[in-house]
Amino acid sequence: MTIRQLTRATVVVVATGLALAACGGSDDSGSGGGEGGEAVSGAVVIDGSSTVEPLSSAAAELFMGENPDANVTVGTSGTGGGFKKFCAGETDISDASRPISDEEIAICEEHNIAYTELLVANDALSVVVNKENDWAECLTVEQLNKMWAPDSTVKNWNEVDPSFPNEPLELFGAGSDSGTFDYFTGAINGEEGASRTDYKPTEDDNVTVTGVAGTKGALGYFGFSYLEENTDKIKAVKIDGGDGCVEPAAKTAQDGTYKPLARPLFIYVSDAGLKKPQVLAFAEFYLEENKSIVEAAKFITLTDEQVKTAQDELADLKAKVGAK
Amino acid sequence: MTTGPVTAGSLGAGSPPPAGPPIDLSTRRNRVGERIIKVLLAGSALLSVAITVGIAVALLTPLTTFFSNVGLGEFLTGTSWTAGFGDKSSWTDKDWGVLPLVLGTLSTTVIALLVAVPFGLGTAIYLSEYARPKVRKVLKPLLEILAGVPTVVYGVFALTIITPILQDLVGVEIFNNLSPGVVMGFMIIPTVASLSEDAMSAVPSALREGSYALGSNRMQTTLRVVFPAALSGIVAAIVLGISRAVGETMIVAIAAGNQPQFTFNPLVGAQTMTGFIAQVASGDAPQGSPVYYSLFAVGALLFVITLVINAISIALVRKFRQAY
Amino acid sequence: MTMTAAPPTPTARLTRGKRTDPRSAVFAAALWLCLAAACVFLLIVLATIVAKGWHRFDLDLVDNQPSRLRPETAGVQSAIFGTLWVMGGTILLALPLGIGAAIYLEEYADSTKWWNKLIELNIQNLVAVPAIIYGILTLAFVVRGPISVGAVVIAGSVALALLILPVVIITTREALRAVPREIRDASLALGATQWQTTWRQVLPAAVSGIATGTILALSRAIGEAAPLILVGATVFVTVNPDGVLDRYTVLPVQIYRQVSLPGIEMEQLLWATILLLIVILLLMNGMAIWLRNRFQRRW
Repeated sequence: MTIRQLTRATVVVVATGLALAACGGSDDSGSGGGEGGEAVSGAVVIDGSSTVEPLSSAAAELFMGENPDANVTVGTSGTGGGFKKFCAGETDISDASRPISDEEIAICEEHNIAYTELLVANDALSVVVNKENDWAECLTVEQLNKMWAPDSTVKNWNEVDPSFPNEPLELFGAGSDSGTFDYFTGAINGEEGASRTDYKPTEDDNVTVTGVAGTKGALGYFGFSYLEENTDKIKAVKIDGGDGCVEPAAKTAQDGTYKPLARPLFIYVSDAGLKKPQVLAFAEFYLEENKSIVEAAKFITLTDEQVKTAQDELADLKAKVGAK
Repeated sequence: MTTGPVTAGSLGAGSPPPAGPPIDLSTRRNRVGERIIKVLLAGSALLSVAITVGIAVALLTPLTTFFSNVGLGEFLTGTSWTAGFGDKSSWTDKDWGVLPLVLGTLSTTVIALLVAVPFGLGTAIYLSEYARPKVRKVLKPLLEILAGVPTVVYGVFALTIITPILQDLVGVEIFNNLSPGVVMGFMIIPTVASLSEDAMSAVPSALREGSYALGSNRMQTTLRVVFPAALSGIVAAIVLGISRAVGETMIVAIAAGNQPQFTFNPLVGAQTMTGFIAQVASGDAPQGSPVYYSLFAVGALLFVITLVINAISIALVRKFRQAY
Repeated sequence: MTMTAAPPTPTARLTRGKRTDPRSAVFAAALWLCLAAACVFLLIVLATIVAKGWHRFDLDLVDNQPSRLRPETAGVQSAIFGTLWVMGGTILLALPLGIGAAIYLEEYADSTKWWNKLIELNIQNLVAVPAIIYGILTLAFVVRGPISVGAVVIAGSVALALLILPVVIITTREALRAVPREIRDASLALGATQWQTTWRQVLPAAVSGIATGTILALSRAIGEAAPLILVGATVFVTVNPDGVLDRYTVLPVQIYRQVSLPGIEMEQLLWATILLLIVILLLMNGMAIWLRNRFQRRW
């Protein structure tokens, strides 16, 4: 083969690639009539919690259906990783499955990043067990703490409570680098990050489902949307936070009776980001269309009250930013 | 064709020099361009050195921070690794013994070698000594495909296909080291096989023919003449297989789980060094936190181990090399 | 010569090898089994992928963007184009540098000098370095650090270029080495300079080997997920990249993410994406093999 032949072949390949690029790029256009108004264009960069990501992705899709020239990308560096990028000015919006911590606030201040915290959904962190588990219909926080405490050596259900049968306990849970882990350990063990270390950590909730479904004595925890998707394989445990057994559900998460594992999910929007029209439009969309977005993503919606609060905050912010 | 001031008088001792000015035969005219090209090419080659230096620098700077907080002894000999747990900014509430991760890597590597070395060498011997050329022509590309399947695909395969089979057969847990080990082994077979086969093909046929002439059959020739003659190449092949297994990330990240365990038991999942790096890097490690620095410490250890394996390989090859 | 039942005479001994000896037969069978095991495993893997991925292997996969809301028609177009963009950058970076380095080491360098030996040793080491370390390197210097472009296409290209550079260098050197000395000597004897010889004689003769090696190195790069996860190939991207400073995603990273998503449609999409990636790789491997067979020079 001569250099000439090779050059010719390369030109053909490159030309084909460019031709494909030119006629590609069709979006899956979303349904949804929103209100009128001009469509915005430009990039919106979102990163953060992998729990909130399905929600932000759903919002992004619906938003881009109405604004085809907008380009919303969503990453999953984790709640902490997202804050790190957010406070360095690399992202416009940060997804978070727990509130921003004091250290992270300090970093944001260092970099002069002012932001607003907006509630976008409720979540009922669900504790799940095998379908054949007929003894743990309801667990108290103390019992969960016994299982998950940092120095816990509990290996069997009957060590948790003598009335439980002799069944080995297998624990699945979120990895130590996830916001879900932070929230669960904070609520059950009293301190974020405090947990026994000999359980099966995974970010792959499908594995948790398979693992719990396959072992009689297994127990795991993850967000509500995964419970909803897999009610045929596993079942949720009612949690007794001091006021009786409450099951994870939309209602109990919204009115806060599912304690202590009802948690809010947030997005944090930076002031600098809000100055961009497409980011502002997206944040407004997220709140205005909250109900349809959350239902599409199978999360738990905000109460009307929560929506109003968030919208007020956003209006304040809009005024503040617009005034500059 | 250009010439320089090399006089023609120095050539052709017997013939009379032609009349007229001396003919310039040197190639000095193009020297400048040549030199520039040589420098550019040398620069490309030096880039590889720059890459190694870059790796060293990228790993070294965070290393100094890490080892000023964690003792080298504790790092290399401790048997518990709880880098992600506890308070995100504290160094002292965690265990920093890297041995569980090293054992995890070791157990998957050993399992992979138990599959790859026998099957790989067997395949190599068959292709080199027994197979007809047509068979070889078809099978070699097939083996290349086996090596070419992306590791993420092998990871999915290990988790979703092989693990359930092993669960029925041997009772492994949902995350285990046996499944990724076996899949890795098959993935490495082509590496071992093709290098060994090259080494065996390079053995001159004269040696084989001499052996046949003395009355041995094919098996004896292969085992007693060809194999020892090709030993240095075969050793290099096996060592390359080892370094591929040690460095493999996706298969173990997906199928072996994220729980560091100080155990050799392949039926449970023990996180490997590469799995830990992947977990921290794709999750949330706020920059400046202890777990972020531990990523570089483990990465540096991995790099050093790779260099050591390579050095051993070069030494072994030199030791076993037979000159024909 | 026939074998008698008498104690083995020297002549009898010489013919014993010609009989089928049970040990030899078992040995040969064992060897064949090794090869069969490897092939069977490959066939099982490919069959599983086809069986599970066939259902969603349709035009939607290529035409549509990723979608959370409509997983039954979601596609991976952004990942396909992301892969193409990243690969383009990788080729542009790795090929000239790799071939240049190989030419230097083969044609110009004096291999007895210690610095050239150091370079060779270095390249051998770099081949064995795990891919994830190149991701760390790119993260430290290109995504953050002095260059700081962020999680964009060019960072992915750099990570993959670093990964395949040692392989390109080594395979190019083999291809150059396969060109007989006589070609070079003749060219030099006719008065050509070193570079003219390399450019006009050696390289054209080695092109098929170089092309084959490069395609195989690229097919390895296409399947890499770990380094790209590190340099931030974003997970949910629904727009194809427009330039090298755009956010992007690639097929292997999509596959990695799809493993942990719920729902039967996502599972089907996962296998369909895997099937797509395998098809692309088989095409590339096929092209490399065709090139090797068609254009291989025999000296």
